[in-house]
Amino acid sequence: MLEARHLVKEYRSGDHQLAVLRDVSFVIPDGAFVAIVGPSGSGKTTLLGLLAGLDVPSTGTVILDGEDLSRLSEDKRARLRGAKVGFVFQSFQLIPTLTALENVQVPLELRGDDGAPARARELLDRVGLADRAHHFPNQLSGGEQQRVAIARAFSNAPRLLFADEPTGNLDSDTGHRIVELLENLNRESGTTIVLVTHDLTLAQRAQRIIRLADGAVVSDTATRARDLKSAAG
Amino acid sequence: MRTSQLLALAWRESRTARRRLLLYMSSISLGVAALVAIDSFASNTQRSVREQARALLGGDIALTARQPFPKPLAVGLDSLKREGVARADVTTFSSMALSQRTGLTRLSQIRAVTPGYPFYGQILTSPADQWARLQSGRFALVDPSLLIALNGQVGDTLTLGFARFIVIGTLRSVPGDVGVASAIGPRIYIPARYVDETSLLMFGSRSDHEALFKLPPTLPAQRFLFRFKQRMDSAGVRARTVAETEFNLTQAIDQLRDFLSVIGIVALLLGGIGVASGVNAFVMRKIDTVAILRCLGATSGQVLAIYLIQATVMGLLGAAFGAVLGLGLQLLLPRVLADFLPVDVHVSLEWSAVITGMLVGVWVALMFALRPLVALRNVSPLQTLRRESDADALRGARFDPVRVLVAVAIVLSIAALGITRANDLTQGLGFAAGIGAAVGLLYAAAAGLSASARRVVQPNWPFVLRQGVASLYRPGNQTRSVVLALGFGVFLMSTVYQVQRNLLRTVDVKLVASRANVVFFDVQGDQGPGVDSLIRASGAQVIQRTPLVPMKISSINGVPAAKLTTDTTHGRRHAEGWAMRREFRSTYRDSLVPSERLTAGTFHRGGTRAPALPEVSVDKGIAQDLKLSIGDTIVWDVQSVLVPTRVASFREVNWTRFEPNFFVVFEPRALEKAPKQFVVLADVRGDAAVARLQRDVVSRFPNVSSLDLTLIQQTVGRVLNKVTAAIRFMAGLSLALGIPVLFSSVSATRRERLREGVLLKVLGATRRQVGRIMLAEYLLLGGLGGVVGVVLGTGGAWALMHFIFKQPYVPAFGPALLVALLMMAIAVSIGMLTGRDVFRETPMAALREA
Repeated sequence: MLEARHLVKEYRSGDHQLAVLRDVSFVIPDGAFVAIVGPSGSGKTTLLGLLAGLDVPSTGTVILDGEDLSRLSEDKRARLRGAKVGFVFQSFQLIPTLTALENVQVPLELRGDDGAPARARELLDRVGLADRAHHFPNQLSGGEQQRVAIARAFSNAPRLLFADEPTGNLDSDTGHRIVELLENLNRESGTTIVLVTHDLTLAQRAQRIIRLADGAVVSDTATRARDLKSAAG
Repeated sequence: MRTSQLLALAWRESRTARRRLLLYMSSISLGVAALVAIDSFASNTQRSVREQARALLGGDIALTARQPFPKPLAVGLDSLKREGVARADVTTFSSMALSQRTGLTRLSQIRAVTPGYPFYGQILTSPADQWARLQSGRFALVDPSLLIALNGQVGDTLTLGFARFIVIGTLRSVPGDVGVASAIGPRIYIPARYVDETSLLMFGSRSDHEALFKLPPTLPAQRFLFRFKQRMDSAGVRARTVAETEFNLTQAIDQLRDFLSVIGIVALLLGGIGVASGVNAFVMRKIDTVAILRCLGATSGQVLAIYLIQATVMGLLGAAFGAVLGLGLQLLLPRVLADFLPVDVHVSLEWSAVITGMLVGVWVALMFALRPLVALRNVSPLQTLRRESDADALRGARFDPVRVLVAVAIVLSIAALGITRANDLTQGLGFAAGIGAAVGLLYAAAAGLSASARRVVQPNWPFVLRQGVASLYRPGNQTRSVVLALGFGVFLMSTVYQVQRNLLRTVDVKLVASRANVVFFDVQGDQGPGVDSLIRASGAQVIQRTPLVPMKISSINGVPAAKLTTDTTHGRRHAEGWAMRREFRSTYRDSLVPSERLTAGTFHRGGTRAPALPEVSVDKGIAQDLKLSIGDTIVWDVQSVLVPTRVASFREVNWTRFEPNFFVVFEPRALEKAPKQFVVLADVRGDAAVARLQRDVVSRFPNVSSLDLTLIQQTVGRVLNKVTAAIRFMAGLSLALGIPVLFSSVSATRRERLREGVLLKVLGATRRQVGRIMLAEYLLLGGLGGVVGVVLGTGGAWALMHFIFKQPYVPAFGPALLVALLMMAIAVSIGMLTGRDVFRETPMAALREA
């Protein structure tokens, strides 16, 4: 379970203190698929950074599986990310000097897993890129790069996956397929997915939408997708 | 994460950056090369000295004296024959050599040797094996430089004094002789039994006497010394053993290594700065990757380990490359220094030098690489979501203990380098402080200039120039490291050139000041008028005729000299033993000459009258050695006639002037009647006239030697050239060292420059304008480096002239500025080469890369 409690994030801009997030609170239960939406500058990315433990709030807390992230050191948060969290970024963020397979292996190797290559190959196979395993990122299309990023995100079987505008750099067809892939993985492995986007159509595929405006939560609603899924379940 | 996984990840991650990282890390290559070359060379030379020590001395023990050995010693040494001790003698003196065929003359160093010389080592001649023939007739073996000077050839007849010798060959190699010696006075070997025929060793002539002994196993050198010590001491005879020769030479080589090591270590440190600049650029390119790794769960330690592994491997490769280069240089060093080395250096692979050089190189590279690398710990995973500028992404806490630790480690490493290179702790610390001061001075000069660039820039300057100057103080600028790299090379080069110019100028000024260009010496009392008339007959002028009387000290204040040298109660022993025993060649006159200055007492102008003692004026330095005071009485032994005098004044003498200068100047009445020689100074116009006059004088008075001062000037120039060639070689090396550092420094800001250039292009700047901005920047950087180097070089040259050579300094910027211009050209070329992407790429493509 992921819980945000009264999150405030402020930045110093010259002489002024700029509040990017103001008193944001919510709870995301295990296995949920939540979308955080809002216009540019609403604080979506900042919120994602705090939830994922990439940054610490000015005040408030983020609790992941009962652990207060802001009390952990940067290195402890890194270990926690390595163990429980996966990421998918708009700009893919693959390491350019590593092949697709090696990119997927990285989180496993950082944890010291022995079977890293086999598991990475299996994941690449699942995202349909078994034949591109030895290609470097700049030899792959945008969609392929994002699929590698998804395979990498799932390599450590994360409890929680953060996706920051995962279709932002892709055409609509490819974007569609990427979201389907995420949904499938969510369904099959029970991973909690937190999707940050400004694309409302895409957000509608989540079970719940948290809307941000000017750094504050303006609405937190269930979507039809939830009803559909409940009906299907 | 397991080590194998860490290593694998580090290796994979380095894929595209290996060449670049290798280039940065190879900044230390030339430093390692210098250290490996210097250490290998020193080890090789010392080994060669050990192997050739016996040959260097020519025997097991050598006794030397300024005069023939006195009877008690000579008798004792003669008795050694019965004990199976072999002996050979060398008598060395100067004389004019006249070629009968060409009529040319040259002042030479005559070495009259007895059969058997040398006992060890071989004297090589051309044609071969002529040494064995030397004793079989009136033969001479000469330095090739003599034949060149006399326009002579093998087979010519040489006149030395009243004897004639046939040149049977030239000397190719004489053990223990440094090549540069023959430039000062070419050597002529003749059989000793003909010395008397030359009649050159007459009254007042100077000669050195050496006796070499080959000892049987029953009489080791130490026992020999013990047996003759007392007789040798009282006769002023010095002894050298093989062990001493070896010790002195290895010590000299140690000193040479220490001196060269300074340049080697500074080169290594400059390389370190290059590494730091390059790795800084490398680190900036890695911010994104590090942010991703952090996002994926990598700890700061793991991130640091990955890049430290990469830096270590590349550092090792850079050091290995340096070691190979050093082994190559090692072959060159004996050649560059050949003229100053008394041994033939046998070059061989010195593993200890290679390993030490590599270890030191890798260590320095890592220490300097760590400085920028530790900043990677500050990269936040948040960079994956929101990219900040490079500088902001790497910024950590204001006080970072790890950074402080790295800085301390660098300082300690430099100190450790200094200490291991020096003989003791104080010297080592001084060494490290000196190096630190040199680099610090350059750094401070560069920082000061960079800061002042900000203030000088004016809004009304052309845009291109303004932009160029602005880049000198842009955030993350490399002004300091570039100026340091360039400045150090220019500094060394300009110091060397300026000192060389000044020393040559000193000789030049002296020649002009004294007006005389030919000196005749060993002119006997009765030959004076004859020499004078020959000079006048040739249309030349006699500038000065100085009488010269040889003498020794008999007693001071009533205490006999022999007692003063052995008896410590008079407080005169130690410092003045040599001064007490030496032969003084004094003159008499009643006025001071321009090269003298009175420092105490009154000079005997106008003279004194009996019954007062005649007065003498003594050189300040030797007066200190003899512990003299004004008013002391000295009794001189002038050809067994005792001449009592009173010390009336002390003088400071400028010994570097080409004029006859004296330790002791007598009042004329004391020496007028003593047997004497003259030194005659003449002003002769034209080379041909000089040669003619020298030939005429030597033909009529074979014992009279003459010296063409212009020739001396040329010789000094040649010797200086040889000395400075060796230093220039090292300075050139340090200039070459600057180039990889320059590459690294320039690459460090490449991304910044690319962004800036592309932005300007987007805003409508033409490629030409962007090019001009870059040109302005590199011209300024190169110029700054050059100026700093020349300014510091001028300071260095002044300091050397002032403190070491004790001569006035006159700036000589010509060659220094040439070096500075060359460095400027190199800086511009490297800068334009590294920044060529700005011209090549379209704004769009370049924006994507930036």
